[in-house]
Amino acid sequence: MRQKLRKWSRAGTPWIWINAGAVAISIVMVLGLLGVLAVNGLRHFWPNEVSQGRYLAPGFKPTELIGELTRTEWVAAEVLIASGLRVDPAQERYRRDLWKLGNRDLNGIDFAWVLADFVEEVSAPESIAVFERKQGGVLYGAISSLELGEELDPADALTDDQFLWAQFQSRLEEVRELDKQIQSIQSEQLARANSDLERLRLRERAAMLEGELSPSLTQQFSAQRLEIQVELANLQHQLNQLYAQIERDSVLVRASNAGEVLIPLAEIVRAYQPNNLTLAGKLSVYSQRLWEFLTAEPRAGNTEGGVYPAIFGTVVMVLLMSLFVTPFGVIAAVYLREYAKQGMTTRIIRVAVNNLAGVPSVVYGVFGLGLFVYLIGGEIDQLFYAEALPAPTFGTPGLLWASLTLALLTVPVVIVATEEGLTRIPRSVREGSLALGATKFETIWRVILPMASPAMMTGLILAIARAAGEVAPLMLVGVVKLAPSLPVNGIYPYVHLDQQFMHLGFHIYDVGFQSSNVEAARPLVFATALLLVSVIAILNLTAAVLRNRLRENSRSL
Amino acid sequence: MPMNENNERDPQAGGNFADKVKTGSDACIDIKKLNLYYSKDIHALRDISLSIPRNKVTAFIGPSGCGKSSLLRCFNRMNDLIDDCHIKGKIRIDGDDIYDKRIDVADLRRRVGMVFQKPNPFPKSVYENVAYGLRIQGINSRRILDEVVEDALRAAALWDEVKDRLDDSALELSGGQQQRLVIARTIAVEPEVLLLDEPASSLDPISTLRIEELINELRASYSILIVTHNMQQAARVSDFAAFMDMGRLVEFDSTNTLFTNPSERQTEDYITGRYG
Repeated sequence: MRQKLRKWSRAGTPWIWINAGAVAISIVMVLGLLGVLAVNGLRHFWPNEVSQGRYLAPGFKPTELIGELTRTEWVAAEVLIASGLRVDPAQERYRRDLWKLGNRDLNGIDFAWVLADFVEEVSAPESIAVFERKQGGVLYGAISSLELGEELDPADALTDDQFLWAQFQSRLEEVRELDKQIQSIQSEQLARANSDLERLRLRERAAMLEGELSPSLTQQFSAQRLEIQVELANLQHQLNQLYAQIERDSVLVRASNAGEVLIPLAEIVRAYQPNNLTLAGKLSVYSQRLWEFLTAEPRAGNTEGGVYPAIFGTVVMVLLMSLFVTPFGVIAAVYLREYAKQGMTTRIIRVAVNNLAGVPSVVYGVFGLGLFVYLIGGEIDQLFYAEALPAPTFGTPGLLWASLTLALLTVPVVIVATEEGLTRIPRSVREGSLALGATKFETIWRVILPMASPAMMTGLILAIARAAGEVAPLMLVGVVKLAPSLPVNGIYPYVHLDQQFMHLGFHIYDVGFQSSNVEAARPLVFATALLLVSVIAILNLTAAVLRNRLRENSRSL
Repeated sequence: MPMNENNERDPQAGGNFADKVKTGSDACIDIKKLNLYYSKDIHALRDISLSIPRNKVTAFIGPSGCGKSSLLRCFNRMNDLIDDCHIKGKIRIDGDDIYDKRIDVADLRRRVGMVFQKPNPFPKSVYENVAYGLRIQGINSRRILDEVVEDALRAAALWDEVKDRLDDSALELSGGQQQRLVIARTIAVEPEVLLLDEPASSLDPISTLRIEELINELRASYSILIVTHNMQQAARVSDFAAFMDMGRLVEFDSTNTLFTNPSERQTEDYITGRYG
């Protein structure tokens, strides 16, 4: 037996088991993480059944509940008694449900814990609809009447629930269409005109500061200003007309506890009757809501709507960082490996570079704020944007400084990876090139760098992986809770390096821990986290595919 | 083939073969009192003087570490790449002192091409490998490149094998093909001298044979210097042969004489396998 055990261990079997076990644990952990994020995040968009019931909590007035059951837990009776509820101490445990009640403007609360034993007459009426509103969150209730600008045939309108719903849906569609027009005018034309006006003001002020403001120039500026103001007035007029149309219709909703709410259709983002939906209908609502999450701007203090600006900001920031970090890191590595005389100095530099990779990221944030934002940005403002002062242009946290700070944070990774790649290139290839009459520079440029490019891409992948998930330094140098516009858009100068931006990582922190409505934010935190992981994975995969393509072209000898 | 018939060398002269051997043609490379140091203590070549004939194949033989590769790498200043390496003495190629400060090393290396022990094609296409030397010189005209690439590949006896896969990676060729590609790459820049540093040592017998045939074809147009461990190869391909040992040039003569009637005992021992 002992002999057998010895043989077993000498063959290396335990070693293999340990290795396989480590790999298995890693895989389980990664998949578990992704699974938790996916289940919690993606479930949020599913149109749950809405229940109705009467809550008769001991010692309280009976109330009507309309809402979604989100979670369930068990509590000991003593705990409930201690918190002032008169429950029967003989029963050991009580089931407690978390209802999403919505109707914040009526109830004051979005979520409520309810003891399941005291809920009666639970039903799922088909007429109850979910109204997702721009302001004030979700409203649960049944349509009691439509108040349309034009008259409905009263005979139809008052008799048939289904007809009412269909009528409401078709009106809502029209209103959504109008809303789209309004949004596009506001975010494109109006924003452009306003930005033109602001630029004109700055040009005039610049001319004034330079002392070049002649009467003719003043007149010219006035003429231009007038032109823009006319355009603005026109746009405003268009908007007013649209507003008049969009505000014409409202819907009267009978909510819980006989409360009635009049909602203008313009306020409604989406409405559906979850208890009346087929599976296909539910899937359609699900995909609409998921799509909204990915492509829309956030609403209601970031607890509703989408995270598109944060996705966009994250990707733009990472791309910009890659643009800075790759050339810089590669050049530094080439000098260190190919040109610098190898000795004590290069060794010290190498140790320093490696240690830079270990500096906590928030330190880089402070450094970036001090150097980039205040010093360099402040100087740039003095030199080139004096007319805008005291409002800072580059002397304030922004996209450019955030990318540069992250580039600084990740440059050691690129240097180390590139150097590794350069070291691996066999001497024979260098000699082959030199022997053909190439200079050292030509050899590096035409042979060495192409051969080292997979290693550079590896460095870039590591840099992206590190930078995309970094939040702490960004809070100091450019990220905001809610950015008014995207850092790249259709308004001159198209790429706004000076603007602050939104970031998925910061969004998670903000929604999850800075929001007043924690229960509403919770699923969004999971969904955003899943999205952040996916964005990083996509960025990395892109880089990896690129690297593999490069590698195929230059397999090492 | 003009062979050196007179064997009246002064045995005392030892080492200085610059003028002693009648090579039947003018000297292409002229070496005078060459000493090479890899560092203060490592004296790799000692007092070598030698005249290497133009458009002939000259083989360098000798035991490992005798300095023959070091000597070869002096001719295109490859040793410059090694820190602390320095030389004393003179090497003239076509009368130019190649260690003169005014010499452009890149230009020298173009004139003196080198093929290494292990095939070292660049990880580029077959075409780009051959065109590399020309692109370095700023020649990018597709017409000229096409022509030179084809000529060079034909000269290296590789054209028929690769003409349909010019855009494939050079790394997909076999070892022998890679070595011929490297030779093609080298002759594409029209050097005057070809340095072959054990060009067939990592190849199989058939590939070796092809390389030797290639050397035979190239001898008309280039002065070829070949380092080899293979006695038979040296005997087969070379017109002249130099035997080196411990950093010294022991004997230099026509291949025929050196192999059949060496004047030094040491040479004879080595050739007959009694060395060591």
